Amino acid sequence: MAVNKTSARNMRLMGMLRKEMWQIIRDPSSIAIAFVMPVVLLFMFGYGVSLDAKNIPVGIAVEKADMMTQSLSDSFQQSEFFKPSYYHSIQEAQQALEERKIDGIVWLRSNFSENLQAGKQAPIEIIINGVDSNQANITMGYIQGVWQSWLTLFSNARGIQLSLPVVLEQRVWFNSALNSRLFLVPGVIAVIMTMIGSLLTAMVVAREWERGTMEALMVTPLSMKEMLAGKLIPYFILGMGSMFISVALAVWWFGVPLRGSFWVMVLVSALFMMVSLLIGLLISIVSKNQFVAGQTAIAASFLPAFLLSGFLFDINSMPTFIQGITYLIPARYFVAQLQTLFLAGNVWPVILSNAFALLVMLIVLAFLVSSKSRKTLE
Amino acid sequence: MKTQYFSQVFALALKEFLALFRDKRSRLILVFPPLLQILIFGFAATYDLDNVPIAIYNQDQGLVSREFVSQFEGSETFEIIEHIKKDSDIAPLIDNKDVLLVLNIEPQFSDKLQQGKSAKVQVILDGRNSNTAMTAMNYIASMNLDFNQKWSAQHGATGPKVALEVRNWYNENLQSRWFILPGILGSLILVVILLVTALSVAREREAGTFDQLLVTPMNPTQILIGKAIPGIVIGLLESTLILIIIVKLFQIPIQGNIAALYLGLFLFLIAATGIGLVISAISLTQQQAVLGAFLFIVPAVVLSGFTTPIANMPDSVQLLTYLNPLRYFLIILRGVFLEGNGFTLLFSQFWPMAIIGVVCLAFAGWLFKHRMY
Repeated sequence: MAVNKTSARNMRLMGMLRKEMWQIIRDPSSIAIAFVMPVVLLFMFGYGVSLDAKNIPVGIAVEKADMMTQSLSDSFQQSEFFKPSYYHSIQEAQQALEERKIDGIVWLRSNFSENLQAGKQAPIEIIINGVDSNQANITMGYIQGVWQSWLTLFSNARGIQLSLPVVLEQRVWFNSALNSRLFLVPGVIAVIMTMIGSLLTAMVVAREWERGTMEALMVTPLSMKEMLAGKLIPYFILGMGSMFISVALAVWWFGVPLRGSFWVMVLVSALFMMVSLLIGLLISIVSKNQFVAGQTAIAASFLPAFLLSGFLFDINSMPTFIQGITYLIPARYFVAQLQTLFLAGNVWPVILSNAFALLVMLIVLAFLVSSKSRKTLE
Repeated sequence: MKTQYFSQVFALALKEFLALFRDKRSRLILVFPPLLQILIFGFAATYDLDNVPIAIYNQDQGLVSREFVSQFEGSETFEIIEHIKKDSDIAPLIDNKDVLLVLNIEPQFSDKLQQGKSAKVQVILDGRNSNTAMTAMNYIASMNLDFNQKWSAQHGATGPKVALEVRNWYNENLQSRWFILPGILGSLILVVILLVTALSVAREREAGTFDQLLVTPMNPTQILIGKAIPGIVIGLLESTLILIIIVKLFQIPIQGNIAALYLGLFLFLIAATGIGLVISAISLTQQQAVLGAFLFIVPAVVLSGFTTPIANMPDSVQLLTYLNPLRYFLIILRGVFLEGNGFTLLFSQFWPMAIIGVVCLAFAGWLFKHRMY
């Protein structure tokens, strides 16, 4: 008898799975989301998005040209970070800045060389468009670099030994070339998986309610658990498939090193995928309408994963209250795990503590889903 | 004839509003998430560093190194959470993400400086987020510059007296929030409008009522206008609400012409509505419409210059961004908010959005008639 019961349950589950599979296959949009989206997004982030500035357009306003201003201009010309253009007055340069043709101005007044040779103060004035403050900071850093090396060159030519009191030596671990692609690509994988998990599943149960087929499912002997499992398993497979594509692209196409273990990555991804799927399921159970489910899923998945996960913006720098909110965003834990696994290796304290947090979320979500999903009509 | 034309359009628009607002959950979802998001993201999204945990490894016993370290104690950017004593302590702190960076001050740091030699400080950074690492490095470099200038002045250094005097226009204190908040406004509105419009036709297709709509005396242009109105009205109202929050709560002043901002907003809404209706007209089910909207929203947000500069993208991708209405709208928002722009400087941003809007609306209208199943 007991054997019969299990086999009947298995049959029901298989039937449900088959129905879901057909729905996925017949509507190409969910396959597109799972397999086209990761490729598009990874290419976009891998090639399109970069925080590494090159060829920054700067204006060099030289009021009176001579050997000294020429040597400074040459230093900017030779730097790979700048694409200088030249102006004879500050007014012309300022107009170009207002019209967004250049991002910054290096202004050498007419008495610059004279004062410099007389040993008087000869300041170089810098004006930077501060609208994009991050870019402005980076630009300023590069200008300082050019200025320092010019200063050393200039002093040495005059036989002055210029020694800086404190010299900074920079050592960047895990990403010594400061290549932003190396941290953006693992972050994007987390964003992709969040979206596939939450958005796809959010739509599926809401669709059954809206079309009235939920009532048809309710009169079958199918239990709620079997129905949920039937909904989750196909999307779990879809999500993991897109995870493998993303990791393969990251490693073989974009050259992101995978310093940690591949299997640890598969495990933490599976855990994260489950959390995402349950969030999607919860959204769809609560909203019961595809418009609400779609809006909620985007509001609860894409933008938080993009902005609150620490993928772009440093969590430690957020106000304490907002930091508290980030603990509720599963992508936060996954981003930390992925960036560590890709760039640093199997750092167990980071991986385990974040995995534990995801596990707690999984249990809470499973409880919420099962308590919200009753076979009841409104 | 004319009045009948508009009363039909009006009736359809009214029906669309009712379809959206009839359900309590739909009403809530249109208003609350965007407001909640602008509040949370507004505070969260900043590239500025604040209270970043760091560790100090001071191998020197002298006074000067303590003076050097004291700069970091007084800084709001950094928070020293640990003073370490040996080399082997560095790796675990950084590996486990306990600190972003370790400052390693060499032995004899103070002696070397007092003898007029150069002394070395090694900065070891966690490069897992290289942008954060670089920002932190820039902060330290400018703190070091101050320290060096003070030291040289006190100890009578020689050499050319060339200092950099820096001014930042439009955003003097370089607050990244000023840059990012207008971007959040644009992205949130894009999400809301695209979903509202993308689902409007798809919902009727799925329910089978769109065919009925097509056999009414209304022509496709009327249906198009009727379907476009709710998105534009909701967008205008919600943007106004968010603008008030940005100005009042986040205290970002509007320096430029508000009328120019609203013209930009209106054109942006028309373009977004057009794109949403095209997606809607292509989709057969609501799921397809939502996923289609999503396939547009994500690249549009990423390639708009919202979080990362367009200038850093490769040329081919930069060309692609010209098709993105959000790109133009963000320039208008930042131009009016921060740079004090008016109509003339922003003219080149207005017309591309108008073209995108008209082309998409026309295409959607054509699809209404020609995509039947």
